[in-house]
Amino acid sequence: MDIAIACLICFVGGIVAGLIGVGGGVVFVPAMTILLSKGQVEAEATSLLMIGLVSIVGTWRQMRYGNVNLRNAAVIGLLSPVGVLIGVVVANTVPERALRIGFALLAFYMAWRLLKRVFAKADPPATEVEIAAPEPGQ
Amino acid sequence: MDSRHIWGLALIGTLAGAFSGLFGVGGGTVIVPMLIAMFAYRERLATGTSLAAIIVIAALAALMHGGIYGNVDVETGLILVGPAILGVVAGTAVQQRIPEKAVSLIFALLLIGVGIEMVIG
Repeated sequence: MDIAIACLICFVGGIVAGLIGVGGGVVFVPAMTILLSKGQVEAEATSLLMIGLVSIVGTWRQMRYGNVNLRNAAVIGLLSPVGVLIGVVVANTVPERALRIGFALLAFYMAWRLLKRVFAKADPPATEVEIAAPEPGQ
Repeated sequence: MDSRHIWGLALIGTLAGAFSGLFGVGGGTVIVPMLIAMFAYRERLATGTSLAAIIVIAALAALMHGGIYGNVDVETGLILVGPAILGVVAGTAVQQRIPEKAVSLIFALLLIGVGIEMVIG
């Protein structure tokens, strides 16, 4: 029964991933720790495998709709390990409370930028990459 | 692609990696809003590009966890990923049918929730 509920929750996690472009780990991890009694590290590691596979299918679908800039994605993806190393160094030198407040401030700033966009009267101009993107279905 | 553009992408990749390493939040939580805010990406393009970047991030991290530390439960992962894949197909299809600004609104609410959790958690 628990595995069926976990599957249902992961289905919802997949919808969230497709809808807003995140991996879905925020949903997959608690489904495994709470329902399947997995340890936190094992759940996070298993979630990464799932995120990879979900992202492959999500990217394929978004490519069909003409919504992927692969070159920019590759730059972001390949540079992220550098960030992980920096993150590990920072985590060992800066107090956790300061890090959490720093990330919260970044999150609030981004939320404010997005809300400004939502409530702007005119649509923002199309970007160069968007103009170059193929029409959906091509 | 000019140098300012590449430095901007480098910043996004570095921050995405740093925050996933620090807090376990997925790279998408950083990548999508930054692509929209810094590069004026439309929402659908930002989310699609984010998913493609996450493939690399998740693959590298999963290989480290699985290959070096043996923490990946492959059987459970493969059972749960089936419905998750059906979900992502449904989610991307729904996204094409709703106003793009709805994606920004959902994301803004998510970020506010994450920010509050960071402060009080």
